Amino acid sequence: MKLTKEQLLGFYKTMTTIRAFEMKAAELFAAGQLPGFVHLYAGEEAVATGVCANLEQKDFITSTHRGHGHLIAKGGKIDLMMAELFGRSTGYCKGKGGSMHIADVDLGILGANGIVGAGQPIATGAALACKYKKNGAVVVCFFGDGASNRGTFHESLNMASIWRLPVVYVAENNMWGISNNQKNHMNVADIADRAGAYGIPGVAVDGNDVIAVYEAAAEAIKRARSGDGPSLIECKTWRHRGHFEGDPAIYKDPKEQEAWLKKDPIPRLAAKIIELKYASRAELDKIEADAEAEIEAAVKFAQASPIPSPEDVFTDVYAE
Amino acid sequence: MKQMTYAEAIRDGMRVEMKRDPNVLLYGEDVGIFGGCFGVTAGLFEEFGPERVIDTPISETAIAGSAVGAAAAGLRPIAEIMFIDFMGVCMDEILNQAAKMRYMFGGKAKLPMVVRTPCGAGMSAAAQHSQSLEAWFTHIPGLKVVMPSTPADGKGLMAAAIRDDNPVIFIEHKQLLAVPGEVPEGEYVVPLGKADVKREGSDVTIIAWSWMVQKALAAAEALAAEGISAEILDPRTLVPLDKEAILKSVGKTNKLVIVHEAVKTGGFGAEIAALVCEEGFDLLDAPIKRVTAPDTPIPFAPVLEGAYLPNEEKIIKAVHDLF
Repeated sequence: MKLTKEQLLGFYKTMTTIRAFEMKAAELFAAGQLPGFVHLYAGEEAVATGVCANLEQKDFITSTHRGHGHLIAKGGKIDLMMAELFGRSTGYCKGKGGSMHIADVDLGILGANGIVGAGQPIATGAALACKYKKNGAVVVCFFGDGASNRGTFHESLNMASIWRLPVVYVAENNMWGISNNQKNHMNVADIADRAGAYGIPGVAVDGNDVIAVYEAAAEAIKRARSGDGPSLIECKTWRHRGHFEGDPAIYKDPKEQEAWLKKDPIPRLAAKIIELKYASRAELDKIEADAEAEIEAAVKFAQASPIPSPEDVFTDVYAE
Repeated sequence: MKQMTYAEAIRDGMRVEMKRDPNVLLYGEDVGIFGGCFGVTAGLFEEFGPERVIDTPISETAIAGSAVGAAAAGLRPIAEIMFIDFMGVCMDEILNQAAKMRYMFGGKAKLPMVVRTPCGAGMSAAAQHSQSLEAWFTHIPGLKVVMPSTPADGKGLMAAAIRDDNPVIFIEHKQLLAVPGEVPEGEYVVPLGKADVKREGSDVTIIAWSWMVQKALAAAEALAAEGISAEILDPRTLVPLDKEAILKSVGKTNKLVIVHEAVKTGGFGAEIAALVCEEGFDLLDAPIKRVTAPDTPIPFAPVLEGAYLPNEEKIIKAVHDLF
C-alpha cells in the first residue's frame, strides 16, 4: 500500500498533537491544576492514528481510560477535551465526566470508559445498530492487553462473530495491566491468536509503526464495511509513562523502558517522511510547534472557562 | 378492550411499538423461535423476523452491554435477561454504563433501551431463580424501574418504557404471566411515574407492587368483611415514584402498610417509609408496617417457600396491628 505525502504528514500531525496534549496534561497534573487522575497515551500514538485514519465521521469508536489519543485521532475537539480535564463547564461533559469519560456522540465517539473492558459490548451493540440500519458505518473498539482477559472480550467477540457485525477490535498491547506484565497475565504471546476461538481474522502488528497499523486496520475495516464481519488486530506497543500520572512504574525494567523509548513511533515516522523526502526536518518541527501551540491555546481556553455551578449536579441524569 | 393475560399484554405492548417504530428490536436468550423462557415473546419472531427478534448466545454481559451501544447508536433495543437473578452477570453494563453515560457525557447521549426481566418466587425455583431485586436498580440514578401488576399496566407501561429516552428496567412477575384482564387494543401508553389506586379505601393505605398487589387486594377483601376499609395503592413504577399519590393516600387513611416480595433490609419499602416520615409524618396516626420476605435466600421446598413469601394472612395481621 502506497501512502501519500498528505497521509503521512497527516499522521505526523495527529501523533504530535496527541503527544503534545499528553505531555501538557502531565505537566498540568504535576502542577496540581487537574483534579482526579489521568492516564496518558504517550508512546502509543501510532495505534489510534493509524486506525482512525481509516474512519469516517459516521463511524463509531469506543475508547478506554487511556483515551485522549483515540479521541484526538477520531476528530475530538482539543479545547473541549482540555476544558473537561480542568473540570470546566465548557468541557465536553460540562465537568461531569473528566478525562475518563470524554465522549462526542456526534463524532461517533461513544466514550472513554473507566471500566476496563466495558467498551467491548458497547462497540458490539453499536455495530449491531450499524448493521441493522444498513448505513455502511463500522465500529472500532480500542482496549488494552488487560481488557482482553475480561469476560466482556469473549462475549463480545463471540457475539460479533456469529452475527458478522461490522466491528474491528483493536487490542493495544502495551504489555502492562497496571503493574502486571503480559507474561504474568496471559499464557499466549499474541492476543491476536485469540481470534481463532471466534473464527475471525487476527493479526499482530508493530503498534509503534503507524504505517503497519494503518494497513492492518485498512484491511479489517474494509472487511467490516463490506459485511464480512469482525476482526481482531493486536498492536504491540509500550506506554512511556506509568499507569496513571504519579505512578513511578517501579515494575518496569529501566533497560526495557530505554529500548522501547528508542522505538518511539514519532521519530520513526519522522525518519520515514524524511527518507521519502516528503518533508524536511524543519518542516516537521513546524508541525510539532503548531501542535504545541494548539495545545497551549486549548489550555488558555480551559483556564479562562467558567467552573460549573453547584446546582449543575442535578441536571443531565435523565433525558426528558 | 380485549381479554389478555399479563404475558400477552406485555407482548402486545412490544408488538404495537415494534410496528410503530422500526428502530425497536428485541433480543435475548431464547426469545426467538422458542418464544422466551416464559413464552412472553411467543410469535414475535414469526411476525418480525430474525433481524428484529434475535436469539443471543448465553452472554448476559454482551446482551446488556450491546443494548447500551445499540441505543447510543440510534436504536431502541429491548433486551431480555431471562431471570432477574442473572442481572448480576451484567451488572456493570447496567450500573456503570447504561445508568451513567448520559450524566458522565454532560447530557450529550440518549440511551433509549429497555431491559426486560422476570422476577419473583412461588414456583420452587429456589435461590437463584426467584428473587425480587428491584431495590438494586432504584439505588442507581439514571435508571427507571417499572413493575406492572396487571395486564393493562403491563401493556401500557411497556409502551412507555420503549418510548422513553432513558434506560428502563422492566420487571415482569412470573406469577402474574397467566393472569387475565381487560386490556385496551392498539396503541396504549401508561405514563411512567403515575401510581394507580387499585382499590379505594378509607381506613388504611396498603402500598404494594407487582404480584403483591394481588395479595393486598385479597387481604382488603377479607378486611372489608370485618369492617376495615383498605386502600390499595400500586406505584407501578418505583423510579420515577409518584410521591404525591402516596402522601395523598396516607393523608386520607392516616395508616400505612407497605408490602413487597423482596427481602426486608434495604428493600424499597424502607424508602417509601422514609419518604412518608420525612414529608408526611403528621399524616400518620400509627407506626408504618412493612410486610416483606425475611432476610434469607429463597428456599426450595414448597413449605419453606410458602413460609418465606408475604401473603394475605401476613398482610391482614399487619393491618390488625394498627387497629
